[in-house]
Amino acid sequence: MPTKNITRPDPDELLRQIQARQSAEDRQGSRGRLKIFLGYAPRVGKSVRMFDEGLRRLHRGQDVVVGAIQMEGAQHLVAMLQQVEVIPPLVVAGVETIDLDAILKRHPQVCLIDELARENPPGGRNRYRWQDVEEILCAGITVVGAINLQHVCEEQPAVERITGRRAVNNVPAGFIHSADELVIVDVPAEEVARPDERGNLSSTQLTELRELALLLAAQVVEEQLQRYMEHHGIRQSWSAQERILVCITPRSNARAMLESASRATRRFHGQMLVVCVKQGELQRAEEETLQANLDYARQRGAEVHVLEAPDAIARILQFAHDERITQLFIGHTQRKAWAFWKQNPAERLISAAEGIDVRLFPHHAR
Amino acid sequence: MLPKGLTCASSPIMPGKHKGKLTIFLGYAAGVGKTYQMLTEARHLRDQGQDVVIGYFEPHGRKETIAQTEGLEFVPRRVYLHRGTAFEDMDTDAVIARHPAVAAVDEFAHTNVPGSEKPKRWQDVMALLDAGISVLTSVNVQHIESLNDQVWQVTGIRVRETVPDWVVQEADEVVMVDVTPRALLHRLERGVVYAPEKARQAMENFFTEGNLTALRELALRQAAQQLEEKQPGQRAGLSAKEPAKESDTARQESILLWLIPHPSTAMLIRRARRVADYLGCPCTAVYVAKDAAAIEPWLNICVNLRIVAHATTGRDNSAKEIVACARAQGTTQIFVTRNAPDVSRLVDLARDMQVTVVAERVRQ
Repeated sequence: MPTKNITRPDPDELLRQIQARQSAEDRQGSRGRLKIFLGYAPRVGKSVRMFDEGLRRLHRGQDVVVGAIQMEGAQHLVAMLQQVEVIPPLVVAGVETIDLDAILKRHPQVCLIDELARENPPGGRNRYRWQDVEEILCAGITVVGAINLQHVCEEQPAVERITGRRAVNNVPAGFIHSADELVIVDVPAEEVARPDERGNLSSTQLTELRELALLLAAQVVEEQLQRYMEHHGIRQSWSAQERILVCITPRSNARAMLESASRATRRFHGQMLVVCVKQGELQRAEEETLQANLDYARQRGAEVHVLEAPDAIARILQFAHDERITQLFIGHTQRKAWAFWKQNPAERLISAAEGIDVRLFPHHAR
Repeated sequence: MLPKGLTCASSPIMPGKHKGKLTIFLGYAAGVGKTYQMLTEARHLRDQGQDVVIGYFEPHGRKETIAQTEGLEFVPRRVYLHRGTAFEDMDTDAVIARHPAVAAVDEFAHTNVPGSEKPKRWQDVMALLDAGISVLTSVNVQHIESLNDQVWQVTGIRVRETVPDWVVQEADEVVMVDVTPRALLHRLERGVVYAPEKARQAMENFFTEGNLTALRELALRQAAQQLEEKQPGQRAGLSAKEPAKESDTARQESILLWLIPHPSTAMLIRRARRVADYLGCPCTAVYVAKDAAAIEPWLNICVNLRIVAHATTGRDNSAKEIVACARAQGTTQIFVTRNAPDVSRLVDLARDMQVTVVAERVRQ
């Protein structure tokens, strides 16, 4: 493949292509597995865990090689390296890069690759190391790799807010999510902090990064769990993640509910959904109020659904169960609105909302 | 007295707080490597020159783990005789008398053998901390009291040995011991965790990929929450992801939960505890005086989870009593189960307040 790195490739597009290829290959079962050790900061020991795993596999009889290793400050890895075959890196323009062709030719069962976020020196086949990894996986070789939180693209804004700096290299979060296995390397911040060294992160900053890394891992595991439940036809929610559904009408005190839901969603590190079931045409003022509230919800990161159904409560219940909602926010029923009904709509919702907490809100803030 | 080197100079020791430092290695199933990592840390501290002992260790016949105890001093276990049978357990008095800087004490959620001074091992750990000894211990997420119903719903197992949430929350460090379910299942297959017959049974029952994945997510979120609660005013996951969008303390919420004789009240209490902890708001309980005897079992759960419960004093119908109490307390949210008598009346009376009707967890 000739190199034409004149225009920067769109990582999302690359990822889409890869994922499409991936699912095709998964069906054939020829793709190698990707296992990633995730650290929240340098020095947490992710590389040690990765090499430890490599050695265990080697001792169990698997054919393991080292494709890339970060030797700086890792003298304790020297002893480990004496036991494993290392594919020497290429040095291009003074920069080390993995010898992709040599790895593919050697074709081991397992290849250990540190620092997954590295950018390759110009002139190579792939711009990023994670693209090299994709080729290795496609060749049916299992990759065990390591990466730190600050190199996950979608986490970088949050990391920058904590640390005040942004790492140059990154991988798309989709690459992390596509891993067959993700392991978090968690150690107390105090063990990583070097308060005496200039430019190093404080314990507080490290603790914040540590929480972000744990939540990223939880999110990946959540997706694995959803896939498992879908695959096994499990309807009820096993998830540890709260999913909050706010049901609004043009007349409800939607703003108070949305604010409360947004606060709760962030505190639970959950997800927020908003649903509005339309029954017939709305008056113009009602439509405007509704749109303003839906816009507000979107700004708060909510997933908004406008549905139409003759029986709003039945539709909400169905939606809530399909979406594995854990908490449902809805306005108290106003007396005049249900005086002619057989059953108060809120009561109907409560009695039918199996497995879902129903939180009722007043129409006017107290 | 602080064990030298264990606590960073900058970490303040609150007056009235335990003097020893508590580090919990949190896992999600047997075999993830909690004990191994606890012992690795014990060796590491010993190598740094600290006085480290093993207060209690459960080998489970795992060779690699047993190897980690080599060279570490064991405080001999105490033998308790109960109805003619000898049981061994940690000798808390002996550990205190030996007074090391650090003691490794396995299985934090363990229920002590009959005849022990304290019913639970976590209470013995508290005694060590009070004596100024730092403790390394291990526990699985399913032993946390407020997760009891969720764990049962997923796994079908009612965990009997639980640790109150506040005990874990007060730990100085909670370290997530992570391994993927796939790797754990391989360990089982290789006979690392249990003997072959037991391993086969385990994989048919508890150790399924679904169970393990769900428990792992619970543990990851628990560990993250633990860090968040440790940073008042910081709330990393919040501030970093959505900086200064809205004042998070706009309005202080408070929860009042209604204890009724129905068994679903146990779930109500645990759920309210979790919600209150996540929202960072106070939580109290109330019951009508005539139910006092019938709700007795739930009061224990309240005490365990540090929820203060009191009886209403009025003579109106129950729903009216509870709503009046909520108003008097300035509660923002009333928590009820839908099995409460007159739930619809309560909802109707409290239309100017927030009411949360907590779902009853069922197992499919």
